[in-house]
Amino acid sequence: MAASILRRSLLIPRCRAGDVAALHSGPSRRRAQAPEPIASGRRAGNCPAGERGVAPWVAVVGLEIHAQISSNSKLFSGSQVQFAAPPNSLVSFFDASLPGTLPALNRRCVEAAVMTGLALNCSINKKSLFDRKHYFYADLPAGYQITQQRLPVAVNGSLSYSLCVGGKKNQMVTRTVRIKQIQLEQDSGKSLHDDIRSQTLIDLNRAGVGLMEVVMEPDMSSGEEAAAAVRELQLILQTLGSSQAIMAEGQLRVDANVSVHHPGEAYGVRTEVKNINSARFLARAIDYEIQRQIKELENGGTVMNETRAFDYKLGCTIPMRDKEGKQDYRFMPEPNLPPLILYDTKSLPANTNHQQVVNIDWIRERLPDLPSVRRVKLVEQYGILPEHSFTLLNEDGLMEFFENVVRQTQMNPKKVIGWILNDMLGYLKQYNLKVKESPVSSLFLADLLNLLERGTISSSAANQLQVVPSAPSGSCPPVLLLLEPSLLLPTKPRNMPAASRSSVGPGQAGSLR
Amino acid sequence: MRKSGGGRMWSLRFGRSIRGAPSGGASHWGGLSPGSRFTQAAAGGSDGRQEAAGDPRRRGRVYQNPTWQHVEQRPLPEKKVTVEVLDHLERLALVDFRNWEGVQRLEKAIQFADQLHAVNTEGVEPMDSVLEDRCLYLREDNITEGNCTEELLRNARETVEEYFIAPPGNIPLPKLEERDTFLQVSE
Repeated sequence: MAASILRRSLLIPRCRAGDVAALHSGPSRRRAQAPEPIASGRRAGNCPAGERGVAPWVAVVGLEIHAQISSNSKLFSGSQVQFAAPPNSLVSFFDASLPGTLPALNRRCVEAAVMTGLALNCSINKKSLFDRKHYFYADLPAGYQITQQRLPVAVNGSLSYSLCVGGKKNQMVTRTVRIKQIQLEQDSGKSLHDDIRSQTLIDLNRAGVGLMEVVMEPDMSSGEEAAAAVRELQLILQTLGSSQAIMAEGQLRVDANVSVHHPGEAYGVRTEVKNINSARFLARAIDYEIQRQIKELENGGTVMNETRAFDYKLGCTIPMRDKEGKQDYRFMPEPNLPPLILYDTKSLPANTNHQQVVNIDWIRERLPDLPSVRRVKLVEQYGILPEHSFTLLNEDGLMEFFENVVRQTQMNPKKVIGWILNDMLGYLKQYNLKVKESPVSSLFLADLLNLLERGTISSSAANQLQVVPSAPSGSCPPVLLLLEPSLLLPTKPRNMPAASRSSVGPGQAGSLR
Repeated sequence: MRKSGGGRMWSLRFGRSIRGAPSGGASHWGGLSPGSRFTQAAAGGSDGRQEAAGDPRRRGRVYQNPTWQHVEQRPLPEKKVTVEVLDHLERLALVDFRNWEGVQRLEKAIQFADQLHAVNTEGVEPMDSVLEDRCLYLREDNITEGNCTEELLRNARETVEEYFIAPPGNIPLPKLEERDTFLQVSE
């Protein structure tokens, strides 16, 4: 018994956070001395039990995502929604919870929630109810938050996402996570902690802004899966326009519930990880927490049901506020709001004011193409690989760039995609630029590729042009840059059509051999 | 309802009956939703009620012939609240019972509300809002409020550069053993 414990503790250091998802795959891993205690994937049954009887671990990750609704005014009041504004300037009397104020529901927020519900294959509840969730905190002036706990707007949906698996991360698999519910709720204000003077500064600009809380079932088992699911949800929300979902501005906040257990046994105690500011840190935070829990349990300790914050500088989770036992939110129905009734074309009563009615079918007809549909269309239209379509949609603006280049060039889209994904994107990443900030315009690249197609320049020459960071912006056509004769390939005049010969310019024609 | 203690229990079998006229003005209650339970009940009512209804908007829907049913009232048990529950309540809701008289008042209030258990609610859906058949008013997404920083800050005793000031975090109530409270005495 002691020997097996000793061996187990020796195995732990081999387990690195980043390898969690990939550990179970590939024969090379199995050839190792003993299979490490790993947080294996969904195929728990295939996980080797271990030569020495070390039981594998399975991690269970559930996400609660709060997405700020993109609207002009707040959920229950008419004050503006804006990210940066003078403190407490976008606050109405209701947001400050002054006595005598009442909530008035914003129609746009309801439509955003219904749109998101439809995009995530949820069934929309035609009747939903509002509740109060009570807790005390300085940034919640009313002492309660209006949310939808009993009967939310949308329930029982699913979200499909893809991720790269395999040793070389080149195999794409599609996974699905079930959506438990989508509900409308209020946001709280912002608190700035002033530790020097031992006080908190409260800014209520954000108090009352509409949020959609998307609650996912614990179907995921690693940080990578969670990050992929969140990325897909982000793309969907941005495509729908219901939320801009910019994590950096706090418009998309993710809380992860993480627990580990042995397959076949009951679920372990879960901890909640908060304060994750970006998609990058999400995967790291979850993986760290999984490893921490495994380590804790293997050392004979127990996992406490607590809330932990992710410290991105240290790359670890630390216990958050001191919770006095389990929080009791004392949910009660919101007495100031009757049930929210939604209609479809069948149940729409005649002679109703259009402004007072939210028609689910009307919204469904106007849903834009979701990212999954757009990817399929890209693959069909241009003949590119599905993995390419993922990258195109993942980078903001890259798909439009690609389509613009394809339109203006004679090169085959299948070759263009290589230039876009390898050279163009690589160059942007190297200098940390977004597609919109690229000094190379689609016209420039299209011209360049045209020259390449015609054999005027070689591909290495084309590459050379690209790596210069201070290259002039694409306003001047590439031909003017090819002043150096060495860049031009030796071509026989008959290979060059008359039109391109003239485009090269009279001065340079002489340099062509 | 009368206080318990020997009195008889009467329950109105036909549930909610009073409908006022829809109030005008800027309220967040819209008009009556069509096809509501209210209109169906009226349609299904007996002749006597339909005659008496008249113009619904003016007369209201008070049933002319209510049916009362006598309900045998079982003596309700005296509710005792434990010290743990009291401590939990003080911690959660930040109430201060102050002394045993406050606790007794709480127990009396619980007993008063417990009378509801004597009513047979089988087959009746719980109601959480009196105006549940009304439409929830949907506001257009326009900016109509805000920009009253000065007015709001005037409500606060301390402010710093247009921010409200609050203590550094939630200061939880000390544990029962560490507090100076009447609840301790009983232990």
